[in-house]
Amino acid sequence: MPPASERGCGFRIGDGRLARLSGGLAVALTVAIACRQVSPVRQSAAAAPARFGFGRIATVDEIRAWDTDVRADGRGLPPDSGTATEGAAIYTARCAACHGADGAHGAVAPAPTLVGRMPDDAFPFATDTTAVPTVGNYWPYATTLYDYIHRAMPFGSPGSLSPHEVYAVAAFILARNGIVPSTAVLSARTLPLVRMPARHRFVPDDRTGGPEVR
Amino acid sequence: MADEGPEAATDPGPDVPVTRRTLLAGALGAATAAFARSLAAQMPANPVQGSPAPQSPAAPGLPTSAVGTRAPSVHLARAPVGAVVGESYTPLQDLDGTITPADLHFERHHAGVPAIDPVGYRLLIHGLVDRPVIFTLADLRRFPARSRICFLECSGNGRKGYRAMSPQTTPQQIDGLTSTSEWTGVALATLLAEAGIQKSARWLLAEGGDAALLTRSVPVAKALDDALVAYAQNGEPLRPEQGFPVRLVLPGWEGNMNVKWLRRIKAGDEPFMTREETARYTDALRGDEARQFSFVMDAKSIITFPAYPTVLPGRGWCEVRGIAWSGRGRITGVDVSADGGATWAPATLQQPVLPMAHTRFRYVWQWQGQPATLMSRATDETGYVQPTLATLRSVRGPGTNYHLNNIRGWDVDAAGRVTFAARV
Ligand code: HEC
Repeated sequence: MPPASERGCGFRIGDGRLARLSGGLAVALTVAIACRQVSPVRQSAAAAPARFGFGRIATVDEIRAWDTDVRADGRGLPPDSGTATEGAAIYTARCAACHGADGAHGAVAPAPTLVGRMPDDAFPFATDTTAVPTVGNYWPYATTLYDYIHRAMPFGSPGSLSPHEVYAVAAFILARNGIVPSTAVLSARTLPLVRMPARHRFVPDDRTGGPEVR
Repeated sequence: MADEGPEAATDPGPDVPVTRRTLLAGALGAATAAFARSLAAQMPANPVQGSPAPQSPAAPGLPTSAVGTRAPSVHLARAPVGAVVGESYTPLQDLDGTITPADLHFERHHAGVPAIDPVGYRLLIHGLVDRPVIFTLADLRRFPARSRICFLECSGNGRKGYRAMSPQTTPQQIDGLTSTSEWTGVALATLLAEAGIQKSARWLLAEGGDAALLTRSVPVAKALDDALVAYAQNGEPLRPEQGFPVRLVLPGWEGNMNVKWLRRIKAGDEPFMTREETARYTDALRGDEARQFSFVMDAKSIITFPAYPTVLPGRGWCEVRGIAWSGRGRITGVDVSADGGATWAPATLQQPVLPMAHTRFRYVWQWQGQPATLMSRATDETGYVQPTLATLRSVRGPGTNYHLNNIRGWDVDAAGRVTFAARV
């Protein structure tokens, strides 16, 4: 569908038959001038093939190299595993300078605080303007932690951690948050099973359009 | 969310740490000075006081040039806050009309601006498609092109009009994370047809090529409707800060989804639950919930003149000017109030009014020297009316942190000094 700004000029101009049918060049020209802004789009849309054949088919290896995202159900998680105990040293060496020695205090802005739970796992963020969101009190999925650390952290040298190191440091953050025991082995099988405290807090957009303010 | 928390630190938060506050103060000073200079540049010297004769050059001027520059007296500048994780604000009060010059389009980056070689650039489309494809920039430019004028707005825009407000705040600081451009590229629908997107595909993962490899999930329905894979802005190739060589443009949807430096699109059957659509860019709501996938930007407007730090030159006629926009479609009306919302009168909309684009409104007002509070209120084609701050806070809660589209006001005192109406 063309953008709404291009709708409303639904002639098939540039089509020779239309010009003949409409009884002369003058009419066709008038239409063409009135719709000059949109006529190239219309023309190509009218003549567009199902496929242009531009670009090339990606190879399996190319896709494998790019396809690193991890879904909430764990699809995309690589083999390997790690524990919080193993992650502690990695955290201290690679993360603590920005996120604070224990993850709960001393984060250096703009690095966020990673560790913290609310009493009774409350979720007061709309009403308490001092509440600090963390992995422990706000994140709905543990798998996102793997995906994000692997793609973006440590800030300054993203992508430099091995899958084992990412599992281990994610396990460390989850253990500091009291979500998994420090002995838990996180892997492609176990990480998706971790139930985050804020998991049930998220609702899809419930704005329905129209006059209602939500 | 916490004013001193990570949100405030990483997004345009209302309450910034000291170092950033200092930066901000510097930016404000610069913005104020730039405003005064640009205002002076627009106002010819009073001929009674100055030379009675018009200025006539005594010699030919500068030669033609390969690239134009602004007049020496014109100083337009974004206000950058933060650094590689940061944003820079469009100087809304210094601009007329509806189009934002590309070099003043706001920025928001999560890991700086990457330098991408356009020759080595590749876009991969894979997942639930019949033919996983790789396009070069030259490939993308061969497809039928499409242009679209629309706004982009960071959904964190407007925090200084919602939380921790201060009278000494400019339109740039309040709402400078919105800009309007003409974007040109290839319809994403065309590329998905080329790859043979499968019926079971419901969501796309869009991935950027910056150091954050920023990812967002985009519903396939939006991709097929009006999404653009853009390589040009206002007629020229994208600027690096805007995603050179290629970015996603999703008209009317929150800025973060318009992934810059676009390098990969993966079709899937469910959302990917990335950090940017779970930990961030979700809206805390009353009832101890967070709204997820709140893509559409609701209707909003702001008066950009007169605004802080303007001082009205004296009683008399004053054209009130501003911009209005809605992610749901066209703006159908903007009302202006000079008495803090007690009475309203319709402003004139600059034509043509385009859907999901900044719409310029103007209202001729007579100031008689009395204290006044100017406000603007936008209505869009869905019948949605921009809410008051009190309404939005009661519906969402004072700590919510995105989609802050409440009515903004400007106080004018008896001396003509204009400040932001920083109160609930
Ligand atoms: C040089 C400073 C720095 C280092 C070192 C660093 N980070 Fe970060 N981290 C940041 C910044 C800055 C952000 C926010 C980025 C943004 O907002 O887009 C961040 C964000 C995060 C987040 C997201 C938090 C949220 O609530 O959204 C996680 C998780 C994280 N880092 C984990 C790590 C881990 C694990 C390491 C070590 C392997 C690490 N970081 C090392 C600076 C750093």
